[in-house]
Amino acid sequence: MPAPVVIVGAGQAAASFISRHVALGNATPLLLIGNEPHPPYQRPPLSKKYLLGQLERERLFIRPLEWYVAQGVATRFNTRVVEIRRADKQVVSADGDVIDYDKLILCTGSRPRKLPAEAGGNLPGVYTLRDIGDIDMMSTEFQAGRRLLIVGGGYIGLEAAAVGRQLGLEVTLLEMADRILQRVAADATSSYFRKLHSDHGVDIRESARMLRLLEKDGRVCGAEMESGEVIAADLVLVGIGASPNVELATAAGLDCDNGICVNEICQTEDANIFAAGDCSNFTRDGRHIRLESVQNAADQGDLIARVLAGEDVTYTALPWFWSDQYDCKLQIVGLNLGHDQTVVRHGASESSMSVWYYRGERLLAVDAMNDPRAYAFGSKMIEAGKNPTQQQVADPATDLKALATA
Amino acid sequence: MAKITWKMEDGSEISADVKDGLNLMEAATANNVPHIEGECGGCLSCATCHVFVDPEWYARTGDVDEIEDTMLEMTDVERADNSRLSCQIIASAELDGLVLYVPEPD
Repeated sequence: MPAPVVIVGAGQAAASFISRHVALGNATPLLLIGNEPHPPYQRPPLSKKYLLGQLERERLFIRPLEWYVAQGVATRFNTRVVEIRRADKQVVSADGDVIDYDKLILCTGSRPRKLPAEAGGNLPGVYTLRDIGDIDMMSTEFQAGRRLLIVGGGYIGLEAAAVGRQLGLEVTLLEMADRILQRVAADATSSYFRKLHSDHGVDIRESARMLRLLEKDGRVCGAEMESGEVIAADLVLVGIGASPNVELATAAGLDCDNGICVNEICQTEDANIFAAGDCSNFTRDGRHIRLESVQNAADQGDLIARVLAGEDVTYTALPWFWSDQYDCKLQIVGLNLGHDQTVVRHGASESSMSVWYYRGERLLAVDAMNDPRAYAFGSKMIEAGKNPTQQQVADPATDLKALATA
Repeated sequence: MAKITWKMEDGSEISADVKDGLNLMEAATANNVPHIEGECGGCLSCATCHVFVDPEWYARTGDVDEIEDTMLEMTDVERADNSRLSCQIIASAELDGLVLYVPEPD
């Protein structure tokens, strides 16, 4: 029997790779190895509907377990890969099994950054959010009336804040930078979400200088601020970004720099090893970037399957992203890296707005809040390389569909 | 429970009994229907679960809201009057026998 394509990491990238591999009728056998007990599942709902208790676990699964069996895909869950032996084209599992591979697809993902132990990062009652297991542990703590402290004003923190308020918790959110979403979005987008959360009763503190989390009776009880203020809390969620899981690749001597470095076909410097999703670092518009999104994971996984089937393709997919908070749907298309101007467009309703990012005259990205038209037609324009003028975009009377299809 | 049939452009078809409450994008991926991806998990952000509904059934699949209507502008294969995003069609006994046509991107 020929050696299989081995996929390490059972997330969105793995599921997408496998789906395409199967759909293309590629006869090379597959072995999926994941360290969680579950088949690949969707992570985005974890900090939204799943935490709210509105979605059963099985509905998170991208495909049911039986699907993998039916397609002849071998799976090993609860299994950690600890070593890659490139010269022998083998991986080694934590329990000592040595597994041959024909090609190796690294979908190892990323993991949440934690607060250091000396700042209270390991105290009981302090959580990070990445896996089903994380939610299952913290969801029992999401009880009305309790005080939730969120450290970090990125998407994870904001989504958890929304869930907390919807479940009746008191929520305080600390952001070290001078505004929430500072790393990923323009001022106008930050302001929109600040107002949204303030209106829902979240106490948002920007430029917040936290010294450490405090402990009482063996459990977190709050945070001490540089100002001397103590913010009381019954539970804490830390959402301060994620780090790519590159240890396996690094130990195997593969080039890693904020992710596993890959070329335009998601291939590492070893022609038999590919990387996809949160763990991969690729080049776009001359920049080395790493994206943590479903789109990137799914499209890179899909691309690798096509490459292995002999298709002549490269990774050029347009990035997109979404977030749901209360009744606001945020949809983002494009990458705003390197933008030098932004334009705000007001939509049909008061809660509807979009922010358009430009570098010079070139449209780079759109953040659309409750404005699917801005998202849909912004996507079409970026995809087609059309660059509406900033005046056109800013004018609410401009018909975006007409601009996109002209 | 509803028996749903997906018909492909090459004439092949897949049928499955779908539990009430599941959406038909989930049902399609679980049953290995080609070209239905559902990358966003059914939250109206990707437009990768586009189907054409048999016209006789179209009205019974429910209303198309503004977001779905807009996202239908983003499908790979151009929308038609009977287009839906299948993540927005929820299985129920009323849809027993429903036939969906799966568009195939070039």
